[in-house]
Amino acid sequence: MVKISIMEKIVLPEILNLNQIEVYLANYGFESAKKAFSQTPDDIIDQVKKSGLRGRGGAAFSAGLKWSFMPKTTDKPKYLCINGDESEPGSFKDRQIFEDNPFQLIEGVIITSYAIGAKVAYLYIRGEYHKWIKLMQKAIDIAYERGYLGEKMKSTFGTEFYCDLYIHKGAGAYICGEESSLMNSIEGYRGYPRVKPPFPAQRGLWGCPTTINNVETITNVPQIISKGWEWFSKIGAPKHPGTLLYGISGHVNKPGVYEYPTGMLLTELIYNVAGGVPGNKKIKCVIPGGSSMPPLRGDRLEGVRMDAESLKEAGSAVGTAGIMVMDEDTNLLKVLIRIAHFYHHESCGQCTPCREGTGWMEKILHRILEGNGTSKDLDLLISVANNIEGNTICALGDAAAWPVKFMIERFRDEFETFVKKEVSLPVPNKVHSMRLTSLPLADLKK
Amino acid sequence: MSFKFTEENLTLIDKARKKYPTALAAVMDTVYIAQEQNGYLSNEVMEEIANVLGIDKVNVLSVVTFYTMYHTKRMGKYHIQVCTNVSCMLRGAYEIWDKVKEKLGLENMEVSPDGKFSLEEVECMGACGYAPMIAVNEDYYENLTKEKVEEILESLK
Repeated sequence: MVKISIMEKIVLPEILNLNQIEVYLANYGFESAKKAFSQTPDDIIDQVKKSGLRGRGGAAFSAGLKWSFMPKTTDKPKYLCINGDESEPGSFKDRQIFEDNPFQLIEGVIITSYAIGAKVAYLYIRGEYHKWIKLMQKAIDIAYERGYLGEKMKSTFGTEFYCDLYIHKGAGAYICGEESSLMNSIEGYRGYPRVKPPFPAQRGLWGCPTTINNVETITNVPQIISKGWEWFSKIGAPKHPGTLLYGISGHVNKPGVYEYPTGMLLTELIYNVAGGVPGNKKIKCVIPGGSSMPPLRGDRLEGVRMDAESLKEAGSAVGTAGIMVMDEDTNLLKVLIRIAHFYHHESCGQCTPCREGTGWMEKILHRILEGNGTSKDLDLLISVANNIEGNTICALGDAAAWPVKFMIERFRDEFETFVKKEVSLPVPNKVHSMRLTSLPLADLKK
Repeated sequence: MSFKFTEENLTLIDKARKKYPTALAAVMDTVYIAQEQNGYLSNEVMEEIANVLGIDKVNVLSVVTFYTMYHTKRMGKYHIQVCTNVSCMLRGAYEIWDKVKEKLGLENMEVSPDGKFSLEEVECMGACGYAPMIAVNEDYYENLTKEKVEEILESLK
């Protein structure tokens, strides 16, 4: 069991006013960048690879490995994108970084840009985050003034290398959290995902090599450089080391963002960290990684740990570690309708299975809610979900299919209570109804 | 064409333009600036955006019609956005939604006759741990109850 009290925080250290530049500098701010510049880019990539840092945006892919895909020799400019679109329902961690630790994020951007050889980095923040965009812009402006970004970096760090960081403000499209869609959005197009391959490292922004990392992933980097990959690799679950910003929401007494090592017991997070369920009710369902991840049954939570491997074994995925807790009185049909509506609304419309399928699923679920559903509708929903999954350009199709498919499969008993056993025809049989009228058939023939 | 950007805004557009290697990439920033100045995005406004950036008008239109935060009709002075997604829903967002609808006498995407209020049911705003929430224009109001919502709306009237 992980000891909570002595845990070291990596992404959101408990230091008062760390979002002030003076405080950040007093706490070894930008020292990691200095250390990084004394090594070669390949050394940095190697350390991050060895640290085991995995992407915090959902796919949990090795960050160092991703960086190593960037071509070493190219005459094209290289780009770094930092994904702060954060639109996954249940996920609300990046705003905490923008608010409480913006300079560590900036320092992470500098080190990452140096490692992959990018001169320009774009921080994509969702448009609704007006307040956090302003806070982040302020921090970036200060970094420019102090010579931690832009050309002044040359004299600050005494290097030839320098980089620029710009914020790109989104405008309310969930799909832009998908990396190729995010790049299209930066280029000024609709947020339509691109077919992969080619992968961003080969052809990304404006056809140039590009790396896209989540905000939380990048914020981890300075600490890995300063304290060493060995230190980082020993925190939390061995195959998925480090800490996670667990965003716990729904039916808990103390919802919020909490930083703890990976591999925490889900039950410990819910009952100890988030203060348990209001009214001591039982848990019916938990979605462990944001709304697109398969839901888990409340009676199967024992022993489930929050890291990529354990959750996979439990039949779900870590996603963005946005944990949504639902108590025993929750109407899962209504929850599922809300989730289905979300994906229908957010489907970009490029691929037919997703564009049409998400709408069908929502309609069928509504039919069930209105009391006109049958047991066959549940099978139909699973069939539609299966036909979306894997048949679309991007993962939104899977994200829409999984909750429907797994919610119905894992809670079939509950969903059966919503549907009638008998099939009733919605349209009355015309011939039959005419026989019941008193009209003589002869009159109808006129 | 009657819509022209103010000098100040032209400077802002120029600044946005410098962030990117292409003019097209500055379109989202420019649309925001135009919406801020004009209140909404009419055909005239979109044409002017295309002119200023030197891009095709269709590029402006395609972006404006794709992203939900761009409006092609005038919204209220106070644009009330209520999140009803799962985390908020579990903590009573639909009660908040009904309360706001009743209080304003508006349905989704309607604007009050005096132009003061407009209402939108929005998808997850990233405030799941502080649910339920509403946003008034750019500001978040979190950890709400029906009473608090009533207070907020009353203060805007």
